[in-house]
Amino acid sequence: MSRVTTSRGANHMAVAALKDAGLAGFVALMLAVPLVGFRTIEVGSGLGLQTRFDWVAYCVIAVIAGRLILNFWPPHWRIRRRAKAPHVSNAQHRTTMKLVALGGIGFAVALPFLPFADRYVIDLAITILIYVMLGWGLNIVVGLAGLLDLGYVAFYAVGAYSFALGSRYWGLNFWEALPMAGALAAMLGVLLGFPVLRLRGDYLAIVTLGFGEMIRLLIINLQSFTGGPNGVSGIPRPSFFGFPFAREAEAGGPMPFHELFGLDYSTQHRFIFLYFIILALALITNAFTQRIRRMPIGRAWEALREDEIACKALGINPTNTKLTAFTIGAMFGGFAGAFFATRQGFISPESFNFLESAFILAIVVLGGMGSQIGIVIATILLVALPEVGREFAEFRMLLFGAAMIAIMVWRPYGLLSRRSPTIQLGSGA
Amino acid sequence: MNGVLLDVANLTMRFGGLTAIDDLSFSAQAGHITAIIGPNGAGKTTVFNCITGFYKPTLGRIALARDSATFDLAQMSGHKIASAAHVARTFQNIRLFPRMTVLENLIVAQHNKLMCASGYTIAGLFGLPSYRKAERNAVAKARGWLERIGLVDRADDEAGTLHYGAQRKLEIARALCTDPVLLCLDEPAAGLNARESAELNRLLLDIRATDGVSLLLIEHDMNVVMGISDHIVVLDYGKRIANGTPDAVRADPAVIRAYLGEPDAVESA
Repeated sequence: MSRVTTSRGANHMAVAALKDAGLAGFVALMLAVPLVGFRTIEVGSGLGLQTRFDWVAYCVIAVIAGRLILNFWPPHWRIRRRAKAPHVSNAQHRTTMKLVALGGIGFAVALPFLPFADRYVIDLAITILIYVMLGWGLNIVVGLAGLLDLGYVAFYAVGAYSFALGSRYWGLNFWEALPMAGALAAMLGVLLGFPVLRLRGDYLAIVTLGFGEMIRLLIINLQSFTGGPNGVSGIPRPSFFGFPFAREAEAGGPMPFHELFGLDYSTQHRFIFLYFIILALALITNAFTQRIRRMPIGRAWEALREDEIACKALGINPTNTKLTAFTIGAMFGGFAGAFFATRQGFISPESFNFLESAFILAIVVLGGMGSQIGIVIATILLVALPEVGREFAEFRMLLFGAAMIAIMVWRPYGLLSRRSPTIQLGSGA
Repeated sequence: MNGVLLDVANLTMRFGGLTAIDDLSFSAQAGHITAIIGPNGAGKTTVFNCITGFYKPTLGRIALARDSATFDLAQMSGHKIASAAHVARTFQNIRLFPRMTVLENLIVAQHNKLMCASGYTIAGLFGLPSYRKAERNAVAKARGWLERIGLVDRADDEAGTLHYGAQRKLEIARALCTDPVLLCLDEPAAGLNARESAELNRLLLDIRATDGVSLLLIEHDMNVVMGISDHIVVLDYGKRIANGTPDAVRADPAVIRAYLGEPDAVESA
């Protein structure tokens, strides 16, 4: 790029930069007046309005200044998007990913025994792993088969409620309910999938969105069976192969976990155990996905995402193929739901609203559709970032939004968008 | 191989008030290369879409005779036509799976065979030897095709990164990986240069000779059409206006009229 050296050119640039900064300032003003400028405060018995126009002024000045700095920033300092990523061969890529994955799994297994792992850390790690598992489950539907599912949380809800209600009405424990939760969610996936999967793209998204809401409303309104908006409480905790996590054995019941291993009683044992359950569930989801990607059905999913018409011309039945993806994705959602129920001990329809679906979808999209490790990174970012940002109090959602925008600007195809081939010539199977 | 492979009888396709194909009848012999030509908008691609199940014809019968069985393609759904009647096709605007590798494109084409071998995924998940063998065979077959179209060294690259001519060839190879008896090619030479289209001619003749696949093609490139076709059907406004060998069609006044227009009344007088 040739640099403008004439004074006229420089003047012109300065005017343009000022104009640009002024415009940005104006937009900031329009946004800041309603968002920052007014504040409701308690006045006696009612609400009063407090104005904070000094804050508005700071916002506008900050935006104008920032914009000016950006405009006069020397061009060679700017972050330039590389036209093309440096070429890394598939084999190299695969080894790096394998190392990252092994490192990640090693860390995950060791985490509860690390010195800083208190109850809060383990709890956060469990939350992250639930979302990783949901992300991996949804990834089958969205990332591999390319079906935009905005109602994934419905399957999560069905899994959670099938355990909660199964334990309430039939006294099922977690291990008995887990397969049932998966099966019920999968069945629902088939039921929904049959009529819906003829639709494509936006239409499918809308129908799945509606379906997600339907399940939630159904749970709210079937009050006599599901407890309605009050939810279900007293969901049993999982036991260690029949040995409960309790201080004292119940009369006539099996001895508690800590006595079995001769440990001192600690409430942390239960959390560590929960952590390992969800870690195992998530890793099973991952192993299953990795394996099925290399099966004919997995390749057909990806082919379907690429071009449905071409698939038809090759004799692939699109409806059946989509249905399997939808069902398997639903099943993992169901498993995660059952785990969620046992971890919380209490569930209500509030946990399964649309925002949850959107959040899981955001994880898959940010991670880079189809990338397993990308999803883990995206989950850690999306779940941990708001936690870290707690000190920023009311501004943490702002930070969260800014981080999401930044990711989308720098990595428009997601954090890890590279796809590794399912089969290579020479490597055989 | 002799006799009629594909018999289209009284095929009519209407879109609302527009009659795209009007009472069209023709047949394609087994082991022949049959070309469908005609000016733009004559309804050639619509005929293809009817044969391959992407459109349900308004009227008419499309019979495919294979191994003493007859399939009525007009009554079958698109994926069944490919998997049961073994009719494969390519598209006017190439439809590869661009983010999948060249090899994967060819493996996906063998989906139904591999699906059976993998015991509908369940046996495959456990890595049974029978499935592994089937997969090896599929790779070998794909490799054979890559050798024939000269793309072995690009096997592990994304299909979308190939240049245009190579993508055309790959799409043909992918269609052939489904083991078709009839391959329908929609303008295979479109966008190819002279050298590439000569190469294409050789490939198509080779496919017929070695693999015993009959070909039905739509083409505007007359070097391809006249060079390799055994039989030509000419369409105009959805009607058949000529039908015969390349030489007969070339001399047909109705064809000349359709392509070049009516001679001016004053001039002809």
